[in-house]
Amino acid sequence: MDRRQFVKTLTVAGGITLIAPRIAEADGHNKEIIDSWKGCLVDLTLCIGCRLCEYACSNANNREVKPLPSYEDQTVFDNFRRMTNNEYTVVNRFPNSKNPESPIFVKTQCMHCNDAACLSACIVKAFSKEDDGTVRYDPWKCMGCRYCMVACPFQVPSYEYYNALAPQVRKCTLCHHIISKQGGVTACAQICPQDAIVYGPREDLIELAHKRIDAEPGKYVNHVYGEHEVGGTSWLYISSEPFENLGFPTLDDRPMPSYTEPIQHGIFKHFIPQIALFTFLGAIMYQFRSRNQNTNSGEQK
Amino acid sequence: MSDTHIPQPVKKRFLTPWTVVLILLMLHGILWAMIRFFKGIGSITNLDNQWPWGIWISIDVATGVALAAGGFTTSALVYIFHREHYHAVVRPALLTAMLGYTFVALGLLVDLGKYYNIWHPILPMMWHGDSVLFEVGMCVMFYLIVLYIEFLPIVVEHFKGRMNLPGKLARLNALSEKILNLADKTLNKVMFFFIIMGVLLSCLHQSSLGALMLIAYHKMHPLWYTPILPLMFLCSAILVGYSMVIFESLISSRSFDQKPEMNILTPLARIIPIIGVIYITMKITDMAIRGSQVYLLDGSVESMMFIIELGLCVIVPVLMLFFEKVRKSPKLLFAAVSMIIVGILINRINVFLVAYTPLYSTKTYFPSFAEVAITTGLVSALILVYRGIAIYFPVISQHQPVATE
Repeated sequence: MDRRQFVKTLTVAGGITLIAPRIAEADGHNKEIIDSWKGCLVDLTLCIGCRLCEYACSNANNREVKPLPSYEDQTVFDNFRRMTNNEYTVVNRFPNSKNPESPIFVKTQCMHCNDAACLSACIVKAFSKEDDGTVRYDPWKCMGCRYCMVACPFQVPSYEYYNALAPQVRKCTLCHHIISKQGGVTACAQICPQDAIVYGPREDLIELAHKRIDAEPGKYVNHVYGEHEVGGTSWLYISSEPFENLGFPTLDDRPMPSYTEPIQHGIFKHFIPQIALFTFLGAIMYQFRSRNQNTNSGEQK
Repeated sequence: MSDTHIPQPVKKRFLTPWTVVLILLMLHGILWAMIRFFKGIGSITNLDNQWPWGIWISIDVATGVALAAGGFTTSALVYIFHREHYHAVVRPALLTAMLGYTFVALGLLVDLGKYYNIWHPILPMMWHGDSVLFEVGMCVMFYLIVLYIEFLPIVVEHFKGRMNLPGKLARLNALSEKILNLADKTLNKVMFFFIIMGVLLSCLHQSSLGALMLIAYHKMHPLWYTPILPLMFLCSAILVGYSMVIFESLISSRSFDQKPEMNILTPLARIIPIIGVIYITMKITDMAIRGSQVYLLDGSVESMMFIIELGLCVIVPVLMLFFEKVRKSPKLLFAAVSMIIVGILINRINVFLVAYTPLYSTKTYFPSFAEVAITTGLVSALILVYRGIAIYFPVISQHQPVATE
């Protein structure tokens, strides 16, 4: 390679590096938020860590339910807990910087994002965003690739790794089978003795959340977690403690699918890039076809 | 005397001490796979809810697909750019690609929770254009078909004019010959389409493998996360494609007791530093633009892995290959391309595993013995099938001295 070729190569490489990201991030369309979406507002100042929501959840979703008294066991809070195949929601305990006597209990579960990463990632469209806001998993379609688990910014999906025959992804269902009926409420919101969980239309819950914060400004951190994070989620939280101290990931407003969908939509737009490349390669193949005929006549191979 | 290259079945025995080792490794892998099928993925792997993907995705799938890139890169060189000089390496590269992608699919049957649903993306009701993995799956599926079609002429060539079915089936010889002749003519006419499709499909899925981890933005380390990751994957795939062709040719010659084909490999090696420079420039420029160079010297595992990947295993061998002395020496050439192959292997492991940090990480992922055993078993099986096909079908071109007129 001579110097001129080298410089040309570098320029090409540099050019590609500068232009490519612009193309990759071009289409940042936002998916619209729909009125009928429901959600749950969790007021973290109200939760007492009784774990009845865990009991109700396992019951409602036909998971393995432990004996009711066992949910009073507070020693489970000594370790940081994540959702499992039988526990679609778990409660964790965190220190309260304002009032050390009164720890903060945080209920975690699938956030049912407005623009869900798992939904976008799934190779067979096993996830769907229902009219009531549920991000619903269809095990029948699933092939168990676990890409949804890679994509989820909240590390929600649990997988049945020890099921050899028909393993499923397991996560909160937003009690879709209950809320789709008239007057239905999520099992956790229904059972909560402290009314820490409020079920209702998402937009109403956001309004309620801000009302509570404005009514007692010293009490709450001025932020509704889930209102805008990764494009907004159906599960919303208000808290007296900064969210980053309570195990919540600090996320910006950009939905996760916006990192890949613009590329996918761009490179397959009307299949033009494919047709163009095919034609380009075909043209080269045709143009240079006489090359070997020339070399054949001159040399022996 | 001048040489001509005619692909021929290699006249060597299939069973050697090495092949026995490979067979044992393959059987060992199958044993562990059986346990997976009876007791579930969790029973033999270190995968869990924090680490959904391990070496079966980063090595078996991602590296496997990258290393099989020699198929489309040599096809493009010989059939699209008409560089006939390299004709002899097309069939071995094609065989590598065909077997490589086949074993990627076979390996997936072990990793997928519901492997029997692997065909689901074919159904329109399950098409998901938004998903990067869908694009990977579909392009790999179509490319596999293209590869088998591209390999068909080799099969036809082997059987044409030599149909000799045993016993009662002998009456079908004439019919078989007719079919083979028809296949030969048809394939000749349509092959150009499949060659171009092969290059197109390869560009698509090599790059979308790079796009896979983009959606996990918050969990990706800045040293590897970049919106142009797909482009980098495509570039490094082309880089390792040519490297693999040279690597295999040298091993093949060694294994089949032939002289290394330096008159082909030496000029072929000249392509590698050019692509290497493009790749390295992309990586460094991208790093400068995003300001991720601050992570280079912080002494973390990630920074070390990045330096090993790019510095030791890409920059060094690419620089080496600028020198004619290296390209002409079988030993030095082998060393250089091996380093590039290792570099791309490390890159895929880095992108999928090292750069990935789970949100609530309580452990570092390291593959279990069984995971390694199954990966090793798959590679061993691939080598065995390669050897078998090279011995039976006309794939490897050998020197045939031709009297000058």
